[in-house]
Amino acid sequence: MTVRTEPVMAAALPKAWSAWQATGVVALLVIAVIVPFAVSSFHLLQLTMVVIYAIALLGLNILTGYNGQISLGHGAFYAVGAYTMAILIERAGMPYWSIVPVAGIVCFIVGFLFGLPALRLEGHYLALSTFALAVATPQLLKFHALEKWTGGVQGTFVPGFAAPLGLPLAWDQWLYLFSLGIAAALFFFAWNLLRGSTGIAITAIRDHPIAAKTMGINISLYKLLTFGVSAMYTGIAGALGALVAQFVSPDSFTIFLSLSLLVGAVIGGVASIFGAIFGALFIQFVPNFADQISKAVTWAVYGLFMITFMYLMPNGIAGFLKVIGERLRRRRNS
Amino acid sequence: MSSDSLLSIRDVSVRFAGIVALDGVSFDVARGDICGLIGPNGAGKTTLFNCLSRLYTPAAGTIAFEGAPLLGVAAHKIAQLGIGRTFQNLALFRTMTVRQNILVGAHAHTKANFVSDALRLPSVRAEEARLAGEADELIALLDLGGVADVAVDSLTFATKKRVELARALAGKPKLLLLDEPAGGLNHDEVEQLRTLIGAIRDRLKLTVLLVEHHMNLVMRVSDKVVALDFGRKIADGTPCVVQNDPDVIRAYLGTAA
Ligand SMILES: Nc1ncnc2c1ncn2[C@@H]1O[C@H](COP(=O)(O)OP(=O)(O)OP(=O)(O)O)[C@@H](O)[C@H]1O
Ligand SMILES: [Mg+2]
Repeated sequence: MTVRTEPVMAAALPKAWSAWQATGVVALLVIAVIVPFAVSSFHLLQLTMVVIYAIALLGLNILTGYNGQISLGHGAFYAVGAYTMAILIERAGMPYWSIVPVAGIVCFIVGFLFGLPALRLEGHYLALSTFALAVATPQLLKFHALEKWTGGVQGTFVPGFAAPLGLPLAWDQWLYLFSLGIAAALFFFAWNLLRGSTGIAITAIRDHPIAAKTMGINISLYKLLTFGVSAMYTGIAGALGALVAQFVSPDSFTIFLSLSLLVGAVIGGVASIFGAIFGALFIQFVPNFADQISKAVTWAVYGLFMITFMYLMPNGIAGFLKVIGERLRRRRNS
Repeated sequence: MSSDSLLSIRDVSVRFAGIVALDGVSFDVARGDICGLIGPNGAGKTTLFNCLSRLYTPAAGTIAFEGAPLLGVAAHKIAQLGIGRTFQNLALFRTMTVRQNILVGAHAHTKANFVSDALRLPSVRAEEARLAGEADELIALLDLGGVADVAVDSLTFATKKRVELARALAGKPKLLLLDEPAGGLNHDEVEQLRTLIGAIRDRLKLTVLLVEHHMNLVMRVSDKVVALDFGRKIADGTPCVVQNDPDVIRAYLGTAA
């Protein structure tokens, strides 16, 4: 199963920005920075999760959207990141901010290693093996021998902290800004990566592996590194997610998390950097919204939303907005 | 083996379940030559290309490129050695633009990696500028200026063939393998292709191995022609000699009938 966008859109790879795209991004960032002072702490928590999901979805998007390797198991990498945060705070007493890069490295290695057997698998088989990973994750986390570290079935609490440098911020306000800063950096790196020769190479592998190999691309190496980078992004998201939830337990990381991530990636728009943000908004808010509409059939309503989105926007929200943008530009020019 | 031989193929055999696709084929390609490779459908021409690209491994025989054995080299290292190719049934990167396809062709000459790209180091920018310049030259050479930023999927067949050629040239090959570049082209386009192949060889100083069914094109553009039939070499010589070879005539009449 390759994820393809139909009809083919030119330059799925990011390019340099136009003036008003740049203005839009700056405006978005300014609003994002003001938000923690303007909303309730409940809404702030939701927005922090949007930022975190956006990082996780970007990771999945690099792998599935750009490189064509489908993953139904990214919740596992999210879990590894979350547990790395919890364990290193509780058992090693490391400061939370220093654990973020550690979680990234740990997940890079785990993703790279998982990518090794995955190299032999393609399409549906890769999807199934990542599915197996996601299914196994909660039980692996409950594993007896690791209970001393993981807290077993009960899980582990993750403490909150004070904002650094005596900043007059509550922990949840600070955590939002901290996550936002990390997200901005990771989006910037991904944007650089995807418009550079690396992005071109991993997309070439998705489009035509044999031709890519003939052009001199080391397919195995690129696929493994892409898997590693993807897991690293999702793992960093997991580490931040543990700080927000202040708690990790095996049942927070079921197959449902993995599936939600895939839903977010597809609905946001595969092979699109901004798609990750739209996807994050979807998986954070649409379930709540569905719940408000009907408590009895929440997930049926959610499913209906999903189908409607996919029907109306076959290239995801990002693809839809791109088409609208192009139409407006053409109208202005004519 | 002549001293200026760029490519030497010796006793190469390839078998697929029940089929002998190549059967002890040997010939040399001299540096700077355009060598035609002809033969009826299923003769084994593309199979030979796939051996040179290291997509297939022959059951027997050796191949030397610039005097060094080729069969121990991994497929993704072939471009770096200086062998580029086009594909008989187009193998473009469909969602990517013409320019991006050409940039992939230059991959063997890029040094950027995940880290340098993510940080967009000055070396990455310099390399990007160099590659963009080279891509522009190829876009001009192959008259792709009007479609440079269009997704290849929406182009006509003939244009796609030119994109494949540009992409192969972006790898700066010493040996260029063209698999039926004239397939699906009309008379005028074939004439343009003939001048183009000659011009490319002279300007870029490369050696060409050309698989083609279009006899007029092969015979006019080639310095030497090799003919295959059922995986065996049946003739090898100047276009004039091969054209009049009784085995070659029989092979073509035999399949035409
Ligand atoms: N991967 C493969 N598996 C099985 N058989 C193959 C494979 N590749 C080629 N063959 C067979 O090998 C023989 C030679 O095929 P090849 O494609 O090399 O012929 P060709 O000379 O390029 O023909 P054409 O002019 O039609 O392109 C054919 O009988 C073909 O069916
Ligand atoms: Mg062929």
